Amino acid sequence: MGNWSFFFPEGASTTSGSVDALYLFLIAISVFFGALIAVLLAVFAVKFRRRSDDERPAEIHGSLPLELAWTLFPAGIVLIIFLWSAEVFFTLHRVPKDAMQIHVVGKRWMWKIQHMTGQREISELHVPVGVPVKLTLTSEDVIHSFFVPAFRIKKDAVPGRYNTIWFEATKPGKYHLFCAEYCGTKHSGMIGWVYVMEPAKFQAWLQGGASGGSLASAGERLFNDLACVTCHRADTGARGPALDGLFGKAVKLANGNTVTADEGYLRESIVQPSAKIVAGYQPIMPTFQGLVTEEQIVQLIAYIQTLGGAAGAGATAPAATAAAGATRR
Amino acid sequence: MSERNNYLTNGYGVRSWLLTVDHKRIAILYLVSITLMFFIGAAFAACLRLELATPQGDVFQPETYNKIFTMHGVFMVFFFLIPSIPAVLGNFLIPIMIGAKDLAFPKLNLLSWYLYIFGAAFTLYAMVSGGLDTGWTFYTPYSTAYSNTAVISTGLGIFIAGFSSILTGLNFIVTIHKMRAPGLTWFRLPLFVWAHYATSIIQVLGTPVIAVTVLMVAVERMLHLGFFDPALGGDPILFQHMFWFYSHPAVYIMILPAMGVISELVTAMTRKRVFGYEFIAASSLTIAVVGFLVWGHHMFVSGQSTYAGFVFSALSYLVAIPSAIKVFNWVATLYKGSVSWDAPMLYTIGFIGLFTIGGLTGLFCAALGLDLHIHDTYFIVAHFHYIMVGGSIMAYLGGMHFWWPKITGRMYPEWWARVSAAVIFIGFNLTFFPQFILGYLGMPRRYHAYPDEFQVLNVLSSAGASILGIGYLIPMFYFAWSMRYGPKAAPNPWKAKGLEWGIASPPPTENFESQPIVTEEAYAYAEPASKPAGGGGHGTPVPA
Repeated sequence: MGNWSFFFPEGASTTSGSVDALYLFLIAISVFFGALIAVLLAVFAVKFRRRSDDERPAEIHGSLPLELAWTLFPAGIVLIIFLWSAEVFFTLHRVPKDAMQIHVVGKRWMWKIQHMTGQREISELHVPVGVPVKLTLTSEDVIHSFFVPAFRIKKDAVPGRYNTIWFEATKPGKYHLFCAEYCGTKHSGMIGWVYVMEPAKFQAWLQGGASGGSLASAGERLFNDLACVTCHRADTGARGPALDGLFGKAVKLANGNTVTADEGYLRESIVQPSAKIVAGYQPIMPTFQGLVTEEQIVQLIAYIQTLGGAAGAGATAPAATAAAGATRR
Repeated sequence: MSERNNYLTNGYGVRSWLLTVDHKRIAILYLVSITLMFFIGAAFAACLRLELATPQGDVFQPETYNKIFTMHGVFMVFFFLIPSIPAVLGNFLIPIMIGAKDLAFPKLNLLSWYLYIFGAAFTLYAMVSGGLDTGWTFYTPYSTAYSNTAVISTGLGIFIAGFSSILTGLNFIVTIHKMRAPGLTWFRLPLFVWAHYATSIIQVLGTPVIAVTVLMVAVERMLHLGFFDPALGGDPILFQHMFWFYSHPAVYIMILPAMGVISELVTAMTRKRVFGYEFIAASSLTIAVVGFLVWGHHMFVSGQSTYAGFVFSALSYLVAIPSAIKVFNWVATLYKGSVSWDAPMLYTIGFIGLFTIGGLTGLFCAALGLDLHIHDTYFIVAHFHYIMVGGSIMAYLGGMHFWWPKITGRMYPEWWARVSAAVIFIGFNLTFFPQFILGYLGMPRRYHAYPDEFQVLNVLSSAGASILGIGYLIPMFYFAWSMRYGPKAAPNPWKAKGLEWGIASPPPTENFESQPIVTEEAYAYAEPASKPAGGGGHGTPVPA
């Protein structure tokens, strides 16, 4: 990159190049119009400068062809910019089906990260090179924003909902992670690093940091500890809807609507059970808001994802996640 | 006309000012108060640039820094930029430009000023009683559940000042509809009036929404009613929709009057009819209407649906076109004109340059895929300062120089005015251009401390800010000087068209000795300039 590094941050994802290309195109457009205006202003100001105090220039009312030209020409250009940028935006939101899922919870003033395999990190994110990674973001308190300049991506972590973004790193290295949404006193201290590793090294890192089992197994322990299982059973007399094979399916609600059982729906059903009542059940579930942390909710959802129905029984956690990615988009 | 008979000599006591219903005196009241607010906001900005000269957070505590950037935004946006051109120049000029004695509701106009002062006093109180640290954007749930600062009193200050804005807009709309002089048809109106008409529509329709929004923030904070906080069952994104539904159009409240000023200046300083009058007038209204439909472009990374993002991006590009039309028409006005190099023209050229950069970088921000990277970085900070400072303040200062002889009856020192225009232009670019690069490199906004690699550009920016500060101080001194020592101004020192140049400088309290009748379109410079009332107003005074 040489001296370009003064103007461009390092690019280290499969999409960073397309964002830079769009940026360069917009710079070219801006330089063209900026120079055009500047040159015209300078030439007119000098050439037609006032030579005597009594000067009365001839009247020019306007010109329809010129007005049409400087309406339609910019309109055409902004149409091109819109289509190009929408295409890039769409790519940045279309998560690849085989993406590795990582859960991120923002909390003043740190990033709490959970891998599906159970590793947990604070304000550091280790990812392998060449593997698409899907981040599911939420917050425990105020709005934060997960920003990795080298990947040219940013997404808000909003309390009460899940936002997703993805990237595929292309270059091993250490990259800035910033919080981009103002979140109070130590907003500028809510920074960290993304470590992009060769796949083999990443596997070694995964082995090294093994904690108490996978995310789903932690969720299963919680599921039993919180006694969720007493109501959410697979038999017909259960007081709550059965969860086997639920994830990604359409759910019929008591009010006649249908929702897809995605992470957002499952989260809401845990903290605000009365928001959407499944058809055929009573609104008797108590809220778990405040009883479970955002990280524990993530674990519970990871466990529910592994609860295959008759078809998917015994699916492993990562496979279930990949399937979930497919059904979400 | 006798020396004593003008609006400034019509009473000298405090009461004659504080109880005046003369639109010109109220404009002076606003001028004094918003100038004070500007320097408060500017002092905060100086503190920010001081802190950011080094990567470490070594001048202020983080809590203090957060309050400083918040108060900078609150004072500059709500108490300087939004009232600036409409409340000072609009108040002074609109009745005169349309041949009226005053606004439609003179007492309401005075009430607007008192509401503004009351709101400003509330906010100043909030500033000294703990300050505010939410950012001027008040994002929830931070503002409703986490901030320990004076959210409610600042919010009330903004709520009260909002009514000032609504009533001013209402007053302008009624005045422009009902009080135009005989013969002054809509398409003979000066473009300054068109721009203020468009602005007033936004003020009347948009401001109630921010009033409701800050009220909801206050209620959620006090009574824990869950509008925005998810822990209470609310939705934080709803706040952003409501906030930007006003606060994006508010950008047009700041820039449309500036465009109106520039349309006047560019034609007077080239002594030539403005190029494409109808297109400039129509583009003001288009901006006012379409400007209401683009708020979602502040929320591309918030989790708003991807498809909503497409719609808001497309509409944002639509609003870029009328702005481009204006710029091209202003530039074309210079062609074969008689281009003066006096300070108002230098400010006009400065405005067009800075507004063009601000507008073009707006294309970057509205570009969905690119916004994901530059959102909430210094790129955005640079972009909106190019529009709001480079655009609005350059136009405001240009307008102040142009109408200064009319307002005070004195000329300002031309050489110093040219110097200040140049210093401000250079200082501005040095302050804010490096921030575009900083933003693309990834420096987030509202950071008290930052990684070392961003220092060079931050030092450039801080150096530019000190030059810019000097540039803003110079006019303060020579304007004050000219009020006492400046040469007396003729009724029409610029040999410009427009009803305001057909009456004495400063104008008499009743503006016109007799009802003017308008017989020609605005900017009819090619007609022989031999009108009785002082060198070529576009109206012909007739006996009352």
